[in-house]
Amino acid sequence: MATTAIPRVAAPTYRSAIYEWVTTTDHKKIGILYVVNSFIFFLLGGLFALGVRAELAQPGLQFFNEATYNQLFTLHASLMLFLFIIPMLAGFGNYAVPLMIGAPDMAFPRINALSFWMLPLGGILMLSGLFVEGGAAAAGWTSYPPLAGAAFSGRGVDLWLVAVTLIGTSSILGAINFLVTIFKMRAPGMTLFRMPILVWTVLVTSVLVLMATPVLTSGLIMLFIDRNYGGNFFDPATGGQAVLWQNIFWFYSHPAVYIMILPAMGIISEVLPVFSRKPLFGYKAFVFATAAIGALGFSVWAHHMFTTGQVFLPFFSFMTFLIAVPTGVKMFNWIATLFKGQLTFKTPLIYALGFLSMFLIGGINGAFHAVVPVDFALHDTYFVVAHIHYVLFGGSAFGVFAGIYYWFPKMTGRMLDETLGKIQFVIMFIGFNLTFFPMHQLGLAGMPRRIADYSANAGWTDLNLVATIGGFLIAASIFPFLWNVFISLRSGKPAGNDPWEANTLEWATTSPPPPYNFEHLPPIRSERPLFDLRHGLVKDEAGPAPAGILPPAAAPAGH
Amino acid sequence: MSAESRAVAPAEHSPVAGLAHDTRGGISNPVLGMILFITSEVMFFAGLFAAYFNIRAQSPEWPPAELAHVLQIFPLVGPATVLLISSSFTCQFAIWAIRRGDRTAFLRNIAVTFVLGITFLVMQAIDYTILYSEGMTLDAGPFGTTYFTLTGFHGAHVLGGVVMLGVVLYRGMAGQFSARHHDAVEATSLYWHFVDVVWILLFSTLYLLPGHGAA
Repeated sequence: MATTAIPRVAAPTYRSAIYEWVTTTDHKKIGILYVVNSFIFFLLGGLFALGVRAELAQPGLQFFNEATYNQLFTLHASLMLFLFIIPMLAGFGNYAVPLMIGAPDMAFPRINALSFWMLPLGGILMLSGLFVEGGAAAAGWTSYPPLAGAAFSGRGVDLWLVAVTLIGTSSILGAINFLVTIFKMRAPGMTLFRMPILVWTVLVTSVLVLMATPVLTSGLIMLFIDRNYGGNFFDPATGGQAVLWQNIFWFYSHPAVYIMILPAMGIISEVLPVFSRKPLFGYKAFVFATAAIGALGFSVWAHHMFTTGQVFLPFFSFMTFLIAVPTGVKMFNWIATLFKGQLTFKTPLIYALGFLSMFLIGGINGAFHAVVPVDFALHDTYFVVAHIHYVLFGGSAFGVFAGIYYWFPKMTGRMLDETLGKIQFVIMFIGFNLTFFPMHQLGLAGMPRRIADYSANAGWTDLNLVATIGGFLIAASIFPFLWNVFISLRSGKPAGNDPWEANTLEWATTSPPPPYNFEHLPPIRSERPLFDLRHGLVKDEAGPAPAGILPPAAAPAGH
Repeated sequence: MSAESRAVAPAEHSPVAGLAHDTRGGISNPVLGMILFITSEVMFFAGLFAAYFNIRAQSPEWPPAELAHVLQIFPLVGPATVLLISSSFTCQFAIWAIRRGDRTAFLRNIAVTFVLGITFLVMQAIDYTILYSEGMTLDAGPFGTTYFTLTGFHGAHVLGGVVMLGVVLYRGMAGQFSARHHDAVEATSLYWHFVDVVWILLFSTLYLLPGHGAA
């Protein structure tokens, strides 16, 4: 009888690093892919913004014609919103959520990889519009018909529609993955009210994505049918409704602003307690405020449409004021967390403080628009541009940088350089305020958004020049960051497991964590398991388990 | 990075690889995932329905006079509706069968569901050709656009469900499901019921809801 030798141990398979990263289903690698991919689109979106600012520095058309300018601001907004902020925050969620709840991976690792790979594909589709006849989408990121209809826009809009549909599908699959992971994969002891705040914000964000994004998808498909198959959804001449698109679009895009800010709020809610050596003030109030923002977020969409004359103004005005309340609760949470804390001014805290101050301005100048008469005056002016950038750049993007400086040691095992980080913050903070603060005054002075040229005697020239200088300063601040990442990856200080003396579970494992995340989980008896362990509030009797021995908590329960 | 990841043991050899996080009872991960996916699908169809009712309410007459006669329950749509609703029952019979471990009844019912789904799609395709021959087209004003978009996307979802049923049937014939392990069947049946409910709403809206305006 012929026998074949069966190898006792599977032969180790050596794969190239590229193969490993392209085929990975490890949530940590996918999270890093999300972050890197989103950062590339951040740089591209920034380049388009520099084009916009360069053109507006002086009256007259110096660099681009109007058609190209329209493509620039459309691509700037579309890349920043759909391919930078939303996936960047999803990337942090992907990296941190399973670690924070003590899970070995996401619930559906292969769907997780699928969610990621749709993003670069969507981005390439959107940008490929630059190479088709008529250029890329130029109808603004809001793509209102009839401007975005077949009569006034070229093939670029079709590519834009397909790209946003793909990116939206990626978001929906990601949201399902997050929700199942959070509901089903928590470690023993990790009750819902012991979850880190970032996990809560990802949970609420995922519900928003799940409920709002499919509505946008339906609208995108209707617009695609109108443009390509002679449909009549949005063309009033043949019985359609132009305002219908605005209702559908904002039904998604208002919840989407919470999709873009809530996880950033979660990031700074992780950073502030760690660097002020205090627990987060009012954990449950924060959780309920997050849920309230999520719920109310569905009832304010028409405040983007006050001037259409087709919405019930008192209701949407009132709801818009109402949603400022839970946001205000969070401001008090953060400030009370800092109050009398032992602040250590590391880069993550500085970015979190940047978020706090800039988001406050963005919140206040946003509340102005809830007043209907004021909104009528400011609608479609640069005041709105100032508002959106104070919440999405001053808020979300500063939160993203806080997150990068905070988790870079965990992701790579090496610290980022503090000095370079602070230099970057100072340049970016000054550049940011130079760019966007003058836009308030420009808006009050009546400058409309989305114009390539303006009259030299309109009185807008000086402030536009200041904004342009600020824009280039923001771009300059990226170079110390890139240099920082480069040198820190090569020769940064080794991070160790827990460089910040943090509270949450991701710091209980090695940096970077092994593929299965945890050799051993400490007991979880509060929302700060590592703090409890460090201060002897819980006993970790099993201790760090030697490899090969199962700690009691991790003994596999029978399937 | 890759050198480091090679150095550590792969996940399947780790001491905690068998760590069970989802054994505390309750709903399984795939079924919960499907319920959430269906939630997103509900919102997708909500968007389409909202557009439909918005356009319908703002139209002076609905259906337009020249198309008032084309949407007929017989000979095709009514029977197709009966078949699709029946398929929800056979799908549920299949679930009950596999829950008690009766693979024969399970496979038989899944096969019937699969065939009913395909029959529905064929009847819908024939119905479309009849409508087109009577001048009811996708670009024939909002009435045609909304009709074909709503029923078309429903049909696409039926097609998706038929593919899922086909996979379940194939895997079932390979003996992959048992009373304990049949998450894929549970998830597929939830999806199939959802597709059925959407059709009931669509049928009621498009065929039973009285029109308005000059007729």
